Amino acid sequence: MKNDWYPEAEGLYDPAYEHDACGVGLVTHIKGEPSRQIVRMGLDMLINLSHRGAVGADPETGDGAGILMQTPHEFLRARCADQGVLLPAKGQYAVGMLYTPRGNPGRCMEIFEKALRDEDLKVLGWRHVPTDPMAVGVTARNACPEVMQVFVANPNLDYLAFERQLYVARRAAENAALAEGGDVAQYFYVPSLGSRTITYKGMMRSQQLERFYEDLRSEDLTSAIAIVHARFSTNTFPSWPLAQPFRAICHNGEINTLRGNINKFMARRSQLFARSFNGDMRKLMPVIVEGMSDSANFDQMLELLYMSGRSLPHAILMMIPEAWGEKYYMGHDRRGFYEYHANFMEPWDGPAAILFTDGAQAGGILDRNGLRPLRYSVTRNDLLILGSETGAIEIDPPDIVARGRLRPGKMMIVDIAKQRVLNNDEVKADITRQQHYRRWVAANRIEFQGFGIGAGATTYDEATLLTRQIAFGYTREDLNSIIMPMAATASEPIGSMGNDTPLAVLSDQPQLVFSYFKQLFAQVTNPPIDPIRERLVMSLTTFLGPESNILEEKPEHARRLKLRSPVLTNADFERIRSSKLPGFRAITLDTTFNVSEGEKGLEQALDKLCADARWCIDEGYALLILSDKSVSAARAPIPSLLAVSAVSHYLINAGIRNRVALLVESGEPREVNHFALLLAYGCDAVNPYLAFETVAHLHAQGVLPRTLTLQDAIENYIKAVSDGILKIMTKMGISTLRSYSGAQIFECLGFSRAFVDKYFTNTASRIGGIGVDHVGRETLMRHAAAYKPRRGVSASLRSGGLYSFRLDGERRLWSPEAIYCMQEAVRRNDKTLYRRFSDLVNDQRDRWTTLRSLLDFKVDPACSISIEEVEPAQEIVKRFVTSAMSFGSISREAHEALAIGMNRMGAMSNSGEGGEDPARYIPLPNGDSRNSAVKQVASARFGVTAEYLANARELQIKIAQGAKPGEGGHLPGHKVNVEIAQTRNSTPGVSLISPPPHHDIYSIEDLAQLIFDLKNANPNARISVKLVSEVGVGTIAAGVAKGHADMILISGGDGGTGASPLSSIKHAGLPWELGLSETHQTLVKNDLRGRVRLQTDGQMRTGRDVAIAALLGAEEYGFGTASLVALGCVMMRKCHLNSCPVGVATQDPRLRARFKGAPEHIVNYFHFVAEELREIMAALGFRAVNEMIGRVDRLKVRDNIEHWKARTLDFSAILHQPAAPPTVARHKVREQDHGIDNVLDRRILKDVLPIIEAGAGRIEKCYLIRNPDRTTGAMVSYEIARRYGSKGLPDDSITLRFAGSAGQSFGAFASRGMTLILEGDANDYVGKGLSGGKLVIYPPRSAAFDPAQNIIVGNVALYGATSGEVYLNGLAGERFAVRNSGARAVVEGVGDHGCEYMTGGIVVVLGQTGVNFAAGMSGGIAYVYDPTQDFDVSCNHDMIDLDPLTDAEDVETVRSMIEAHWQHTGSPRARWMLDDWDTIRRLFVKVFPIEYRRALGQMKKLERNVRTQAERVERM
Amino acid sequence: MAIERTTAFLDIERKTAPKLSPAERLRHYREFMIRRSPEDLQEQAARCMNCGTPFCHGLGCPLDNTIPEFNDLVFNNRWREAADILHLTNNFPEVTGRVCPALCEAACINAIDGQAVSIRDIELAIIENAFEQGWVEPQPPAMLTGKRVAIIGSGPAGLAAAQQLRRAGHQVVVFEKAEKPGGILRYGIPDFKLEKWVLDRRIEQMRAEGVSFKCQVEVGRDVSASYIQRRFDALCVTIGAGKPRDLAIPGRELDGVHLALDFLQQNNRRLDGLPFDGLPIMAEGKRVVVIGGGDTGSDCVGTSLRQGALSVQQIELLPKPPDSRPENNPWPQWPLILRTSTSHEEGGARDWSINTVRFAGDNGHVTGLECVRLEWERTPQGQMKMVPIPGSEFTLQADLVLLAMGFVGPVHEGLLDSLGVAYDPRGNVKTDENMMTSVPGVFAAGDVTTGAWLVVGAIAAGRRMARRVDQYLMGESDLPDCVLPPRL
Repeated sequence: MKNDWYPEAEGLYDPAYEHDACGVGLVTHIKGEPSRQIVRMGLDMLINLSHRGAVGADPETGDGAGILMQTPHEFLRARCADQGVLLPAKGQYAVGMLYTPRGNPGRCMEIFEKALRDEDLKVLGWRHVPTDPMAVGVTARNACPEVMQVFVANPNLDYLAFERQLYVARRAAENAALAEGGDVAQYFYVPSLGSRTITYKGMMRSQQLERFYEDLRSEDLTSAIAIVHARFSTNTFPSWPLAQPFRAICHNGEINTLRGNINKFMARRSQLFARSFNGDMRKLMPVIVEGMSDSANFDQMLELLYMSGRSLPHAILMMIPEAWGEKYYMGHDRRGFYEYHANFMEPWDGPAAILFTDGAQAGGILDRNGLRPLRYSVTRNDLLILGSETGAIEIDPPDIVARGRLRPGKMMIVDIAKQRVLNNDEVKADITRQQHYRRWVAANRIEFQGFGIGAGATTYDEATLLTRQIAFGYTREDLNSIIMPMAATASEPIGSMGNDTPLAVLSDQPQLVFSYFKQLFAQVTNPPIDPIRERLVMSLTTFLGPESNILEEKPEHARRLKLRSPVLTNADFERIRSSKLPGFRAITLDTTFNVSEGEKGLEQALDKLCADARWCIDEGYALLILSDKSVSAARAPIPSLLAVSAVSHYLINAGIRNRVALLVESGEPREVNHFALLLAYGCDAVNPYLAFETVAHLHAQGVLPRTLTLQDAIENYIKAVSDGILKIMTKMGISTLRSYSGAQIFECLGFSRAFVDKYFTNTASRIGGIGVDHVGRETLMRHAAAYKPRRGVSASLRSGGLYSFRLDGERRLWSPEAIYCMQEAVRRNDKTLYRRFSDLVNDQRDRWTTLRSLLDFKVDPACSISIEEVEPAQEIVKRFVTSAMSFGSISREAHEALAIGMNRMGAMSNSGEGGEDPARYIPLPNGDSRNSAVKQVASARFGVTAEYLANARELQIKIAQGAKPGEGGHLPGHKVNVEIAQTRNSTPGVSLISPPPHHDIYSIEDLAQLIFDLKNANPNARISVKLVSEVGVGTIAAGVAKGHADMILISGGDGGTGASPLSSIKHAGLPWELGLSETHQTLVKNDLRGRVRLQTDGQMRTGRDVAIAALLGAEEYGFGTASLVALGCVMMRKCHLNSCPVGVATQDPRLRARFKGAPEHIVNYFHFVAEELREIMAALGFRAVNEMIGRVDRLKVRDNIEHWKARTLDFSAILHQPAAPPTVARHKVREQDHGIDNVLDRRILKDVLPIIEAGAGRIEKCYLIRNPDRTTGAMVSYEIARRYGSKGLPDDSITLRFAGSAGQSFGAFASRGMTLILEGDANDYVGKGLSGGKLVIYPPRSAAFDPAQNIIVGNVALYGATSGEVYLNGLAGERFAVRNSGARAVVEGVGDHGCEYMTGGIVVVLGQTGVNFAAGMSGGIAYVYDPTQDFDVSCNHDMIDLDPLTDAEDVETVRSMIEAHWQHTGSPRARWMLDDWDTIRRLFVKVFPIEYRRALGQMKKLERNVRTQAERVERM
Repeated sequence: MAIERTTAFLDIERKTAPKLSPAERLRHYREFMIRRSPEDLQEQAARCMNCGTPFCHGLGCPLDNTIPEFNDLVFNNRWREAADILHLTNNFPEVTGRVCPALCEAACINAIDGQAVSIRDIELAIIENAFEQGWVEPQPPAMLTGKRVAIIGSGPAGLAAAQQLRRAGHQVVVFEKAEKPGGILRYGIPDFKLEKWVLDRRIEQMRAEGVSFKCQVEVGRDVSASYIQRRFDALCVTIGAGKPRDLAIPGRELDGVHLALDFLQQNNRRLDGLPFDGLPIMAEGKRVVVIGGGDTGSDCVGTSLRQGALSVQQIELLPKPPDSRPENNPWPQWPLILRTSTSHEEGGARDWSINTVRFAGDNGHVTGLECVRLEWERTPQGQMKMVPIPGSEFTLQADLVLLAMGFVGPVHEGLLDSLGVAYDPRGNVKTDENMMTSVPGVFAAGDVTTGAWLVVGAIAAGRRMARRVDQYLMGESDLPDCVLPPRL
């Protein structure tokens, strides 16, 4: 049973994938004096954060807004008295808010009253809450509830006991309402019930909240605490209960690990026992109600922990612990606290800014990565204002006592009883010393002696090794391309290009169960993490052994076995197996089945295995080892993933999963993805014995480097697996293995619903497929290959063919023949050859490969038209684009041939993420243009300058890439030649690192902000967002559409790459057919389809592919690999080695000379595709492409599919026609309203345009600025950049002065010639993409606080800045100057991850830095004032050296920059530094990237040589 | 060895096996390729880029040899595994390593703009090394099926099929009309290209595996086809396409005008100490004209020179091929370019676009050829048409004329007709997708079904047929299949 606040799952739409995000705010009076002012300020704050919320198709319907505050006793007493209800004294009663069906609240009230009565609680009376449905939009109004207030007397209990009783009653009422069904179940919802707090919320825009609730307009409604929330959700469905705040919190962010958290809670169920609930937890179940939002579930879990007697901050710290790894400086008690709790509560991981209150305390906390902003101000009149943005409430500057931000993992609270603000350390010191957690851990934790040290002896059995390898499906590729490189280099193998092999369910070769799963990844609603540069927040530590009741705290909770890595060597495993520790007895369960029983034997074996597991638990075993070591001629192995997931889910269902650890000892896992899957489905630790034997065998054969001992090789292999697991975790933005474990972050492709429900419960599997018997059959096929005597052939491994073409391996659509036919077709303009190519690709009847190959057109000859009636090919080709490929990943020749070819047709090529040489913006003499119409904006922002943006027809935000969604990139220094360095604004020879996330997109409202930024930076370009197909991409796309993207690209997971781990190419992302239809269906359902165009790409090759994409809902079609093949690519798949023999994907001049492609080839190819499409259109009777968009009714599943696996698939979800009225658009029909018509820049432009047009003169103007004024300066910059390019205007031509709190992206992309001076403070992204402009920010002159101790700009300032100057008189937030490649900045202090990924420019920090400074910093220089000489503790040393400031040139640089800082900002700190310069300068350290030093040295040498030569010439 | 593998294809020159000097090699009929050191070949193997889409394997090699894998193994000094991989797809690498024109090298991606990897040399080195190390051992079947298969014709297709089928457990009898097995390998290809001990060595292995050879038995003459059909569960016809194309012009009956194959066969038999029919055909001291510019023609040139011909002139009807690929013959197609065989290096002259109108004779013995030069024109239908150039007539003096103009197809008389198999329009034996002829239980493979083609193609066809025969006999087969390369 579930509430249907979301529509039912339909087609590919599933409400389980809805996301939301938002703006949050807290206003509180530190001394706890309730007032109207607090409420008023809360409501004002809400309105000023409204740009962080969103509206749907109906502009009047917001996604949600609400306020949580203290119970307004006086107000309620007065209102109740009016209705004849007499309220007792403050605190002696509780008030509850209740949603009921409009006009018919009776039944809901009855249910609620009965539940309260059952808990011996007395209802004092009801109050009808006056609301005005006309205040909200139509969509919201249709679902608008009647809101009732209930008053419940306190039967003389203490606070917590009363709250607990209310909680039990509420849960019982909720369950009763659900059981009743109908309207009651749909409407019944209790926004709050308690004696101290109350929540007013609903599905509306911020501005509508007080119009809807008359109470909120009442002057006598007072509180000392107000928490507000403006919601941005991915859908537009009426969902009143999901508006926030919830009962105790509001949340900005996303819980990535929700599935795992819920599973773990379910697993702990039977262990839950709390005296406080009289031992009876049944009424509370299920506690965490599925089908709500992640935030709602978080609130429910938190509520339970709170009710068990923990304080709110304590409970929150359990769920969102800060990072406590070795790199963090932290007291022993606090570390002990975290380690203790880690034993029984995994982090609820993901970006989170949480504001909370129980009416007595109020505060906020950030997740360990600090991925959401929280800014605060403390005022002279005892107010604490904390929220997503600074400036949301205007405060007179002299009243400000302090301005700051919460830092990653930190918490702050106001304790009304103590009447003051408690900072992070104070709060935590109290909590962590409530008990002797540290001692409890030390006394109970079990760490084996010598554990994890050394691999021990690894042997292999030569006689049976090959047979067993065959039985587990090993191929020669597994040995040579996977295991060997891992053992040799300790890292995952890299490959290139995309995936053109069959889906597992279509393959003829027996597939491992692993192969049916695809990794999910973060996109938009939460960011992936960088597992290398931000390793310090991550952990692979796990605990084995039985867990204890989470509702209690005892020393024994810490009695668990601590593992540093889940991959165990043979020796480790034997130690565990022979454990004699009481309470840690291990037992081995055989996971093989009798071959003679045939494929049916598998299911029986699984049933028995589950029953055995249960028996073992009953017998008191704590470590269950699932082992397939007894594989033999008579016994076949149960696929390890199936075995562990089956047992795990069986035990979860029984509520006893957490009494044991599940260990897997299997010959099956060998590549990284296998391990990730095992862990994600419940395995606690793995011993891959056959992979180890294989390594040992390779070692004995002398295949591995001679210098390597076997021990080294095994350790290398484990390290490669461990790093790979981290990488897969980070794709989803998960930091700790404890929360990844069991989180099932995968989608299944090709398993039947019943099969998944039983063994992989709650995993998405959208097109059905095979069942357990099929898996049995595949297992037996492998087994037979190994053990059945074979006639005439000697035993050998199969070739594989997954990574390279093999005739006896998997089919590949890019066969040599197909490549030949296509290339010759475009070179000779030979239609017959093209037809042969497209037949090869389209006709897959003998060997199915793609989903679309199983679809067919429904041709009705009566509807067919003559081909002349179909729109001409010249029109159709304009819908074609070449997928993003950067200059750098491909050669200049190839990149320009693509651009010229596409431009000739009026189609678009895509620059990729490597910037572009401005020379290409000027047309060639023959009229050709080398300018890429689409300019990509990716996470590294290489070459993203104001000029670059101004020269685009489309700006594309790349969120993910099909081949490696959720991952960053690394272009090694030796590939960065002069030309590439120039277009990327970097230094030749210096490595370039692309971060996994956009550091300005951690959440959906951030994406909306970036769209807004880019639209300002080029109002004439359309803005597109590139997503990758995975389950839930449709809901994300809906959010993106609401964030005002003009076009959304759904990339298939099979798409190509220049370099990517092999496991990502193969196992991450889904086919575009699924993502595209889900997106189209969801957008139509939300009536958002008419606002955006849809594009799709990923292994698109022929007119048939295009036709299917159109019918599934796409208006535009991208071709990456195919366009390269047209230019000569022969699918070497060696792009990452720079050795492309045909000059396409290489920078080597010898090879570039071999390039033979030409723009004509591109033109010919796309015309062939268009003509093929026209033939299909004629047959189907479509005259124009627009007519066929989304016409799934003209598609059917091919007849007579005989393939034993393919025929089990069910395409009805893909071919589903979403139910929507005919008025709802099925393709783009109207433009987005970007909200840029009235931005501040328009006013500024009125003043300064004459100067820009003249290109001479000077102007200075003043403006007031508020936090809703966002991206100030970008539009002005556009006007400069489009006229004057990167040289801009003379310095200081346009000086703009501002006063107030600037909104996000202040000074973004500001061009040379612009000087922006702000008196006040600014939010996130100051100086993003700065392109030569100058930014100066200092606090209000009248402010009393010390600027050097207060925050002045938010997070991620100077992201991707390429040049310019910045002076900030105050502290900056996290990730200051991330990916800066040329700007010079002075700042008084920075947060964590300062100068991350920087490649150029100079940063001078006059004060403290946070942790992980200079991570991934390959270029540029930072100078940091380090009076205590402990800066190196917080620095990431991987790529940099710390030098003293001795070089005269350096000293002068720093001095002159501080001088300029003083002149611009009047910084007192700058003054005293300059005054005592000779002493101070010795306290600076220089952060110098090693590669950069080398590159600079080389450049100097080169210059010297040139000079000497010149001198020599002169002398002669 | 410090080789930068990634750029080895650029940094290292392609090298092929060195040869004895022509003067030296003309003194004997022995092989003249010089074996190269393993280090040398490792270096050459490094040039292999281990392509993601290896055209050599996927398109070039009719045997599906997994070329990148054995190249890689050689580079890494793993010779034994290289031999194992090679044997997975090729029964006789020592043959293809010597006589294959190396379609793989033509399809090598390195050949687009550079120099192909010297795959054939590497192949030969792998297998010869394997023999030397004693790694090539008989692989008798582990169990016997009790089925009997007759293979008629012991050329490359027949031998490959025989070895595959024997290893699959069948009783295999190979019928060969000549004294020794080998067919074209033994009696067509001159010793200087393929010394016959190479064949003997492999046949020894096959005998040890249990293949039975019945030589000097011509089925259809010595024993009836129906007798064989009765005695065996399946019958494989691999008799090749032995009917040569003749030149029916005046003077053809003169002494000294011979079919190339008669000449070559005699020479091979002579060297093997075997008798032959008819009078000896010898080039010693004669002016030799070879008509036909193909491989057989060049074998005639090399053999004539070794016999001590006074002069050797080779003429060809078709025009002289270009020195490099024309545009309509792109990579990875087999390049139709001028090829200079090792025999051409040894002497003789070549000329093209020449039609022989009649043989002139004296006393019943040929004295010369009356020829005319040709111009080739393209008809509106796109076909090439030859037009004699008026006034270009000339005479070539000759004492010995060898006709090496290819083969028209299999000999129908005898075996094929008595089996009653159906033919395709070109006169080749027609087979279905199971490689079975129109007569149930009778299979055919190799040139007899396709017309004359390459040795490598025949081995591939033999392997392909073996799998189908095995399937026919047993209902299933574990024998590997071999994919037919697409026609480009």
